[in-house]
Amino acid sequence: MEQPSSHLKVRRADGVSVVEFADRKILEELSIQEIGEELDRLVETEAGIKLLLNFKNVDHLSSAALGMLITLNKKIKERKGSLKLSDINRQIFEVFKITKLNKVFEIHDSAEQALAGF
Amino acid sequence: MSSQIPDGFDLDLNGLCEMVVRNDLRSAKLPEDTILAELNRHGYSEDTVFAVKLALEEAMTNAVKHGNKCDPTKRITVRYHIAPQRVIIMVRDEGCGFHPDTVPDPTAAENIERPNGRGIMLIHSYMTKVYYSPSGNEVWMLKLRDEPRN
Repeated sequence: MEQPSSHLKVRRADGVSVVEFADRKILEELSIQEIGEELDRLVETEAGIKLLLNFKNVDHLSSAALGMLITLNKKIKERKGSLKLSDINRQIFEVFKITKLNKVFEIHDSAEQALAGF
Repeated sequence: MSSQIPDGFDLDLNGLCEMVVRNDLRSAKLPEDTILAELNRHGYSEDTVFAVKLALEEAMTNAVKHGNKCDPTKRITVRYHIAPQRVIIMVRDEGCGFHPDTVPDPTAAENIERPNGRGIMLIHSYMTKVYYSPSGNEVWMLKLRDEPRN
């Protein structure tokens, strides 16, 4: 089941909410607040949510996007849920490594691998 | 207020193009679009374009939010020089400036889960050389062609 949303494509797979970003450049500063709000609303719909963010459509992100992900991760943990990231391309994974956020987030090569680990 | 070319940037002020944009995030994209198109025209690698885009976006965001404090009456000045072997970009806001040494290390254990404070670190990581004016409201960034990042 896919829910219509301006920035996100959300589907359910084995009890996990799998989120893809609708546009390659959505993680830029201009839209990051809206994306954060959409993800917040999603997290609030389900206590203990299992959320997978699939980055396969994303080819750029900023520090504002990293901040949004950190805030989201905290909120999910507070609500006893779990967040995993997958399909992050080489250039973007480098940003996670530089900022050492690859140690904060659980990052998998593919959505299949991430789903198997929930 | 006129800029001084920082040491090591080896450039004549007359060799710089200039854009002045309004102080909002949408306007802040305009110099980025122009500069990245120039980089592509010069055949810079995808990694270099990614690096310049990231650093410029962080510098512009800092100028809009922290320098000019989202004040719509203020402006951002961008000066740039794009040559076959190097890219130089200056971003200046109309704020009262800051000292980069006072920004906490975002990778330190006590800061790693803070949502803010990574922009300056990313600029330094992706650019070959970064210089802040003594007034603290002007940042100069140099990127050499296809230099491997450390």
